Amino acid sequence: MTEKQKILHLIRRSGFGPSVKSTIKSNLNDQLELVFNSNNFYEEIFLQDEERVNSRELLRMTPEERKEIIQDLAANVKKLNLEWLKIMGKSEGQLREKMSLFWHGHFAVRVRGFAQVESYINTIRKYSLSNFGDLLMAVSKEPAMLRFLNNVQNRKNSPNENFAREVMELFTLGRGNYTENDIKEAAKAFTGWGIDDQDKFILKTNQHDYGEKTIFGKTGKWEGEDVIKMILEKKETARFITKKIYAFFVNREIDNQRVNELADYFYANKYDIPLLLKKIFSSEWFYAEEQMAAQIKSPVELIVGLNRAFGISYDNAQPLLALQRVLGQTLFFPPNVAGWAGGRNWIDNSTLITRMSLPGILADAGGIDISVKNNMDDENPNEVYEKKNNKQNFNCSFNWNLFSKQFNSKDNISLWQELATHLLASQKLPTMPEQFSETMISKREDLIKRMSLYLTQLPEFQLA
Amino acid sequence: MKRREFLQYTGLTSSALMIPGFLKAFESSILENSGKRLVIVQLAGGNDGLNTCIPYQNDIYYSSRPKLAIAKNEILKLTDEFGFNPGMSGFRTLFNQGEMAVYHAVGYPNPDRSHFRSMDIWHTASNSDEYLNTGWLGRLLDANCPGSENPWFALEVDDTHSLSMKGQNQSGFAVKNAQRLKKTLNDPIFSELQPTVGLDSDNSEIGFLYKTLASTRTGAKYISEKASIKSLNSEYPMHEFGNSMKQIAEFVNNGIGSRIFYTGLSGFDTHVRQAETQQRLLKVVSDSINQFRNDLHASGNWKDTVVMVFSEFGRRVKQNGSNGTDHGTANQVYLIGGDIKNAGFRNEAANLSLLDDGDLIHQMDFRNIYATLLDKTIGFDSSKVLGRKFGNVDAL
Repeated sequence: MTEKQKILHLIRRSGFGPSVKSTIKSNLNDQLELVFNSNNFYEEIFLQDEERVNSRELLRMTPEERKEIIQDLAANVKKLNLEWLKIMGKSEGQLREKMSLFWHGHFAVRVRGFAQVESYINTIRKYSLSNFGDLLMAVSKEPAMLRFLNNVQNRKNSPNENFAREVMELFTLGRGNYTENDIKEAAKAFTGWGIDDQDKFILKTNQHDYGEKTIFGKTGKWEGEDVIKMILEKKETARFITKKIYAFFVNREIDNQRVNELADYFYANKYDIPLLLKKIFSSEWFYAEEQMAAQIKSPVELIVGLNRAFGISYDNAQPLLALQRVLGQTLFFPPNVAGWAGGRNWIDNSTLITRMSLPGILADAGGIDISVKNNMDDENPNEVYEKKNNKQNFNCSFNWNLFSKQFNSKDNISLWQELATHLLASQKLPTMPEQFSETMISKREDLIKRMSLYLTQLPEFQLA
Repeated sequence: MKRREFLQYTGLTSSALMIPGFLKAFESSILENSGKRLVIVQLAGGNDGLNTCIPYQNDIYYSSRPKLAIAKNEILKLTDEFGFNPGMSGFRTLFNQGEMAVYHAVGYPNPDRSHFRSMDIWHTASNSDEYLNTGWLGRLLDANCPGSENPWFALEVDDTHSLSMKGQNQSGFAVKNAQRLKKTLNDPIFSELQPTVGLDSDNSEIGFLYKTLASTRTGAKYISEKASIKSLNSEYPMHEFGNSMKQIAEFVNNGIGSRIFYTGLSGFDTHVRQAETQQRLLKVVSDSINQFRNDLHASGNWKDTVVMVFSEFGRRVKQNGSNGTDHGTANQVYLIGGDIKNAGFRNEAANLSLLDDGDLIHQMDFRNIYATLLDKTIGFDSSKVLGRKFGNVDAL
């Protein structure tokens, strides 16, 4: 494997692939340093000029006003979706955004309130590269989480165990590492964790159970925060999270010994996320052939990857919402609290055809004529997508000029190889089709354009 | 299918397909007798079961729904106790012909009133506190049910897949318009593409993608041919669902050999002014399925067909303040076909005076019905798909 291939592998896995606008270092160590140094900067996503309405204000409205506002707020969640997609494409802090996408799938919530979604995703992004304990604590107190997992209904005299259960089953320990009784008792500790009328976290003392609870065999007057600390003390948490991170960043085929070693390291370093990632990305096995092209890109990775690779700018990005839905991954609309299944689950006859057609459609600023299933989350799922007669096209353009400047091969064959190495993760590069051998190299940009579009339409482009 | 034809179908060169196992799979089962087929119809949005199959002698029904209850004289009476919504004359015909079994109050423990979550539970056949990411029919494909190597084994008449049809390694085939799909695949980016890996031996992700692509091409070509052999002259309701049922009838009558068809319609989320909307939709459903029955009956295919009609939940017993109903729990499931062993009402309805927080208490787990369809209609051990054994119901 060449140094260049290793560098590109790192760029694809630690972020959303190479961008026309960012530099690619010439040796791996420099690139590694860049990956970790570019992420110090965090800027929250904040939609300017959008109304934020809290529960108190909502209650004061007439039912008609409320209905209208709630629809506006749902529309704002879509704007937030497109905004984050844009940031994923543009940010130099690629690892932060990639890690945040991972945490979004891990701490999967699905709520309609715009301000809650905004607050939730900023917390995820803010803590995505801190340590897991801080992240877990912060996300657990997010209104979106408390609402989605019904902790707002968890009261001393009528406990709701949903949050307590998922914290253990899906967010930290995994099945088999706690008892039903642990959940019951932990739920008591979380009673009263709710939301005030300003949409902020609050401990509702009159709903909180201050009594003794026995969790993981220890008895005490535990608070919710204590439960989270006790969960973090258990090594199974480190193992569970490490395994999931390994599957996401390295390979879905788990190497148990490797994951155990990484989990020990993660635990010993107090759940420091960047340290774990650095360990992974600096390991020799991370660059082994078996890891190359071993991941099927998620729809968001595919879309953002294309945007970066070709510097695509959108005058109308709306169709990207329907595209996410057709491909099975819409930001802020995970299928359930367990997040997206990923891997081969992304692929079926319909999504594969759409994925392969996508680069060509974007390059032509065309549209996709596919009806979207009504999943009951919006009034009209086809409003942004369209039917035949009023098909809404992507209004976007590729930056071919900037893209072409990245390559300097002098003849067609080496140009093909240079482009294929840049765009595809596969070790085995496709042979150049006949049609590209006769083109005069003088029409360089045109040739680059045609070769690249060909390459991005190959199944190989679906892999990272 | 001859080898040469197959190669034409896929557009793959013979060298790319020196893989006997992969080829054999496609060839062998095309000649197979298709056996019984299952048609699944999903009423998305939560159909109001109480105004679909109405307990017209029950005072609680009338007192809970002062504006929404359907007057006795408008109800299409079936038995001394129950009758259909006035829009459902098609269903009444099927019921009276002994071709329909009705199961009351089908649901699951700890019901979830979110559309999304409840649909998820029906699609994955999970418990309500369990999250599965494969659908029950997808798992049937993953379990290599005989014949499932054919891309057209399980067809969804839509552009995209329902979770029901998604497996871990294999999914059903989504096709709304076979000719359009075929046209798309005629684009050189699909038709001239040569796999870079051997399809049979390669278990890598790229091998998986090329395999999916090859089966998509084979499927699209086969399906579009089957779709165009002969079209039906019969009239279906002017509605997308009517078109879908007609499409399925043509597929079946043209001998497509698919074992599972998936379709449905939405609009049942009737919080406001329910009466007209629901009746209109139920008429579409009931007339379409009745016409479907007649078309399959004429071709001799009806006796091997079972249609299941379900919704993710029913609605509250009490109407709300906007002449509609809010999200509820258990609901009827209908099994309709030419060989229903025990037709009519098969179980006790939920007791309207014994509600759980205003909602019906489920009398039967929906997985009992799934298990029956898998064991009897598909002929595949349902426990391999549902994770454990669920008792069969007596309709089949």
